[in-house]
Amino acid sequence: MKALAGLYVQQFKTTMAAMFQYRASLLIWMIGQVLEPLVYLIVWSAVSNSAGGSVGSYTTRDFAGYFVILMLVNQFSYTWIMYEFEYRVREGLLSFALLKPVHPIHSDIADNVSSKLLTLPAMVLIAVALAAAFQASISPQPWAVLAFIPVLLMAFIVRFLLEWTLALAAFWTTRVSAINQTYFVLMLFLSGQIAPLTLLPYPVQILADVLPFRWVIGFPVELLLGKLSPAEALTGLGAQAAWLLIGFVLLRIVWKAGTKVYSAVGA
Amino acid sequence: MTFLRLLAAFFKVSVVGEVAYRVNFFIQLFQTFLSLVVSLGGLAVIFSYTDKLGGWGPQEILALVGVYFLVGGMIGLVIQPGMEKLIESVRDGTLDFTLTKPEDTQLIVSIGRIDIWRLIDILLGLGIMTAALIGLGEKVGLWQAGMFLLMLAAGGVIIYCFFLILATLSFWFVRIENILTIFQSMYEAGRWPVSLYPPWLRYGLTFVVPIAFATTVPAEALTGRLNWETLLGAVGLALLLLVISRVIWRVGLRHYSGASA
Repeated sequence: MKALAGLYVQQFKTTMAAMFQYRASLLIWMIGQVLEPLVYLIVWSAVSNSAGGSVGSYTTRDFAGYFVILMLVNQFSYTWIMYEFEYRVREGLLSFALLKPVHPIHSDIADNVSSKLLTLPAMVLIAVALAAAFQASISPQPWAVLAFIPVLLMAFIVRFLLEWTLALAAFWTTRVSAINQTYFVLMLFLSGQIAPLTLLPYPVQILADVLPFRWVIGFPVELLLGKLSPAEALTGLGAQAAWLLIGFVLLRIVWKAGTKVYSAVGA
Repeated sequence: MTFLRLLAAFFKVSVVGEVAYRVNFFIQLFQTFLSLVVSLGGLAVIFSYTDKLGGWGPQEILALVGVYFLVGGMIGLVIQPGMEKLIESVRDGTLDFTLTKPEDTQLIVSIGRIDIWRLIDILLGLGIMTAALIGLGEKVGLWQAGMFLLMLAAGGVIIYCFFLILATLSFWFVRIENILTIFQSMYEAGRWPVSLYPPWLRYGLTFVVPIAFATTVPAEALTGRLNWETLLGAVGLALLLLVISRVIWRVGLRHYSGASA
């Protein structure tokens, strides 16, 4: 345990140092993170304005709040591990990681968390600025704010487990971009990134309920926006817990099977 | 024409290289299909709540989506693969080999890698545009068709120069590979008419990252909204950027010191 803590500290330091070296790419990455929710914010504001000020249970200002929070939640739970893994397997770098005495997921977690800590202040500033510019209305009950903290944490863990597991597809095929893109498209639609899920057709909502995407983005957003009842929040936490379990088991199985079939490309 | 000869040669090489991986065709087909589902699905949801978006009707937005796929396909077919390769080869020093070739390096770099499966996006884009125009019930006259092609060409040149300038930055900042991936997420903004956006973003998407010229402007030409200022602006900017990107390329190339050497 102590050794693991030491590993995290070292990884934090390394990532921080690396990130400071590549400030420009960090900035570009953030632009991408901001732009997508911003575009949908603007589109839905336009829809709402031309529909007389609201769509479903969302007013124009609700949309602003929704997409601003979404931007932060996505920033918090986002991973780029699939690209990283493809690169590692393709270049044979994974062999080194496998030689290390600790599970490679730890350095990935540390890497992910530290780069997010670094971008968080800027993202919060941008979020506040956008919330002000678009007059976002965000009015959660105090309990929802409290519940948001564990929910967001769960969202991060679940998404990390699932995407890390998905990234392991690189063990079986070196051309994983199709899998990644499929995943991202599903994510876009079923997590609430394109529109609040309650505005989508009913069958899509059902699908979103049974798949994990909603629970790692849309659910935390709706919670903080103040759109959920305590019962709905509890259901959501339950779904997150279920996916946490599924994700953990999947990761164990896939990792075991994957390391067996792995043969470093180029080695 | 050296350009056409080389393009044909590189195209042939890509075809020969890719037919061995026919599964990639289905993968791309699948990805394009997914992207289409997102686009049309998004539009269906939005237009179930309104009938005009920023002054554009559903069929007009559909035409814009067609242009979006068409231009996105062109970028993915030849512009982006070449520029990605350039950045890679600057980082690992293999640009040395390209430099020794007798043809102009910029030309080889620009068309040296072709992702033939992205032709699917181009075909799909054309299909969507046709469907949209039939839906509009509008007869596209010679004038509109001509203007559309002109704006498409200008937009293509502008985007190419933009990519080239970004990729050329790798001569100074070696690790910039995600500059190009980020373009992808910015390009998403081109799905919608730029007139929808608040002024600061509209100017950003026009002059900082010239996505407006790639999608909105050709779509404007197609739906008969193009005005003279935009037309001249697009052509002028395309010519200007051609010169600027060439200058930056040459300065950058002088700055290159083979990483492997």
